[in-house]
Amino acid sequence: MKQSKLNAPHPHPRPGAGLLVGSLRSIIVGRSRARFALICLLSLLTSTLALAGVKIEHWVAPSGAKVYFVETRVLPILDVQLDFAAGGVFVPAGKSGLAGLTQGLLEAGAADLDEEHIAGRLVDIGARLGGGADSDRASVSLRTLSAKPERGAALDLLRAVLSAPTFPQSVLEREKGRNIASIREAETRPDAIAAKRFAAAIYPGHPYGVSPTVDSVAAISREDLVEFHRRHFGARGAIVSIIGDVSRAEAEAIAQRLTEALPAGGAELVPPPVTKPQRGTVKIAHPAAQSHVHIGLPAIRRSDTDYFPLLVGNYTLGGGGFVSRLMKEVREKRGYAYSVYSYVAPRKLEGPFEIGLQTKREQVADAIKVVDEVLTGYMAQGPTAKELAAAKKNLVDGFALRMDSNAKLLGYLSAIGFYGLPLTYLDDFPAKVKAVTVEQIKAAFARHVKAENLVTVIVAAD
Amino acid sequence: MRGPKILTDALWPQTVPALDLDMKPLLATFALLAFAVSPAPTFANPFETKLANGLRVIVKEDPRAPTAVHMVWYRAGSMDEKDGTSGVAHVLEHLMFKGTRNLRSGEFNKRVAEAGGRDNAFTSRDYTAYFQIVPKAALPEMMKLESDRMANLKLDAKEFAAEIKVVMEERRLRTDDNPHSLVYEALNSTVFRAHPYRRPIIGWMDDLEHMTWQDARDWYKQWYTPNNAYVVVVGDVDHREVFRLAQKYYGPLKAHALPERKPQNEPEQVGIRRVSVKAPAKLPYLAMAWKASKLRDVQNDRDPYALEVLAAVLDGHDASRFSKNLVRGAKVAQSAGAGYDGTLRGEATFVLDGQPAEGKTIADLEAALRGEIKRIQDEGVSAEELARVKIQSIAAQIYKRDSLMAQAMEIGGIEAAGQSWRDIDTLLEKLKSVTADEVQGVAKKYFTDDSLSIAVLDPQPVEQSKPKKPSGAVRH
Repeated sequence: MKQSKLNAPHPHPRPGAGLLVGSLRSIIVGRSRARFALICLLSLLTSTLALAGVKIEHWVAPSGAKVYFVETRVLPILDVQLDFAAGGVFVPAGKSGLAGLTQGLLEAGAADLDEEHIAGRLVDIGARLGGGADSDRASVSLRTLSAKPERGAALDLLRAVLSAPTFPQSVLEREKGRNIASIREAETRPDAIAAKRFAAAIYPGHPYGVSPTVDSVAAISREDLVEFHRRHFGARGAIVSIIGDVSRAEAEAIAQRLTEALPAGGAELVPPPVTKPQRGTVKIAHPAAQSHVHIGLPAIRRSDTDYFPLLVGNYTLGGGGFVSRLMKEVREKRGYAYSVYSYVAPRKLEGPFEIGLQTKREQVADAIKVVDEVLTGYMAQGPTAKELAAAKKNLVDGFALRMDSNAKLLGYLSAIGFYGLPLTYLDDFPAKVKAVTVEQIKAAFARHVKAENLVTVIVAAD
Repeated sequence: MRGPKILTDALWPQTVPALDLDMKPLLATFALLAFAVSPAPTFANPFETKLANGLRVIVKEDPRAPTAVHMVWYRAGSMDEKDGTSGVAHVLEHLMFKGTRNLRSGEFNKRVAEAGGRDNAFTSRDYTAYFQIVPKAALPEMMKLESDRMANLKLDAKEFAAEIKVVMEERRLRTDDNPHSLVYEALNSTVFRAHPYRRPIIGWMDDLEHMTWQDARDWYKQWYTPNNAYVVVVGDVDHREVFRLAQKYYGPLKAHALPERKPQNEPEQVGIRRVSVKAPAKLPYLAMAWKASKLRDVQNDRDPYALEVLAAVLDGHDASRFSKNLVRGAKVAQSAGAGYDGTLRGEATFVLDGQPAEGKTIADLEAALRGEIKRIQDEGVSAEELARVKIQSIAAQIYKRDSLMAQAMEIGGIEAAGQSWRDIDTLLEKLKSVTADEVQGVAKKYFTDDSLSIAVLDPQPVEQSKPKKPSGAVRH
């Protein structure tokens, strides 16, 4: 859930946000598809400082944790997030699913509290715990009212689940069972199959390409969780992001209290390098009415200097929603697909570049041909001067609305911390976007989106 | 899959509640907190005006960030369609981006993007809504663009021909290849036989295949008029300036009479209804819908509020009964949900749904869901459970203020149902006044088999399922 994706398709108001979900589901249909996994950190890539007076403060807590803090007193709320290098990439072979289970079971019992006490206590104070684990990191977030009684109780709970999780055996068995049922269910769904097979195909032999299986989840023991927590939830590697209605002094105390009792942590692990895949096509049978298509490869690291040229360039290709070339050619002109997009999702190591669409299975070859033409043309020519100007205008002028809430700012703080981006990242963003040239875009695409490494995955292929 | 969640829907408003003196100490802190820290303008917010052509404009000032949400809501949704052209409300929504007498196709999105904004639209059973989220300086241009397509949309066979294919792809994606959506579609058309809620919003595929551009044009001409619309603006704006802009851009548009809306009330159901759907899947899925009262009189109704609280007790949060008893405790459910929405134009239902846990059957899950209702019928709910619902509602309304879009959606949503944004505070107060007896009362009153419809997913092995026959091949 925490994956940062460049220029994802237009987020649609999420039915899941509860705004419109009524007594019967499917109560709304919209013009473009909600890809809510992408929405979380969409803002990360396409915006910058908008709230007047937002100032990111940074320090290292006595515990060793790195802290990123924004004080904002308008709303009586506090958001806190802790990020750890505890994603799937660090999981031992054959235990895929361990990162998600460890993160997920933090709330299953802590210190002398069982899961019902934790859940009940959170509800009683109106607080919400969230988070998840992706390839690189595991996150735990808290939203609470900032008044002292609620805030204090919520932070005590957060401290307990981070520092003293008990990982009860009975809960582990139950959750393994639910995970396995979900995996079996996902194996019947064309979208899930496509995503899993795409990851496996572009990351052959690398943990980025491994997804949990029935066997890998079944093999996970309580000792695995305890050990994974001990090694990867240490204070020294922790990133603490805080935004809301507290002072700097209070934030300092909060960060220290949340991290002082964390486990010692193991040595920093370096995941194996990513090797690029060979060009090829993977076809998977499925009875769906639509074929699901993913085309892509491992592209860039978050630290790569080609980040901005790819960000800006991808906007015109397939990231800018209805104004992108892919949308125009595949959807608007030919009616081949409802959803067609491209994104770049940088990670610690080379994260994916991907083009995706779904189309009536009889016409999938035609749709892929159009995508190939668009991509080839774009690789050769880059954006026109007009397209580049439009992309920059959207990215620069659109800062404000991608930073207009504490929740969105929290996402930036954690990304800046976790990926080691400069504290001035948000301030620098407009200038970095404006400086991108057509030549830089062409060069960046030529370096990172090589035809010889492009993998195509088609589920429900004939 | 989680069931429908209700804690943040339109019945749970974000505006400031009055102090509730009956609360427990911790709760009192809550109420005080909400009361004390609300920025002063909240008390005057929002503002409303009505133009001479009947268009209403509702503005909520929120200066937190230099941005604004602009929405136009039309009170025309799939419930206003006729058999044979199901889905036309949503098709028209797509076509609204295809150009006007003043703007080329695709230009709308382009202008919004170049202003640094995002835009989209959505169609429900009750309404169709369009929105832009923009830096505040772009608000006048957005109002100009929306007012233009309220009156000047250009529709033709060519644009329609491409876009109807997109909509059919959307149907394949959302419904045809999505087993749970298929179950809901079947449930809907089982619960309702006369009422237009029986039709899917996206439309039956056969209706989409036979739709013409003239169907879309007729829809537009009938329903897209300022007297059937309202504008919601939330953000760093001055309401007087927004009213002035609204007069400038929307003011000159002409109103016309709307088609008659027949009630189409659903006849009373007298006996349980069951339907099953086969689709490639592993886990079975169950959805149970009971007919229920909807909110008609904000001041004097009681049942809708009690039903809302009942849904929250069952599935409002992580410590609610379904999570605690069915997923974690008895381990009978992989997932279980409860949902009730009483703020709507049509008729209300109370829905329970879920997937059985590994080794359990649909029958086990159905018995467990019924058991939870029975327990409330017999034993009622506790004071602690009621208190939790109240706390959750207060916290949710405060958290909602972190999002301009959520605030705009709340105003638009309650207006769409025929209530007013002015009722938002009252709704929260009414919810907080619900008693344990009232919750037990609605559990006894509404959950009878005579008004129950049940839909189940009968999972089929993927390997043995044949690809569906091509659809959408025949065009007229």
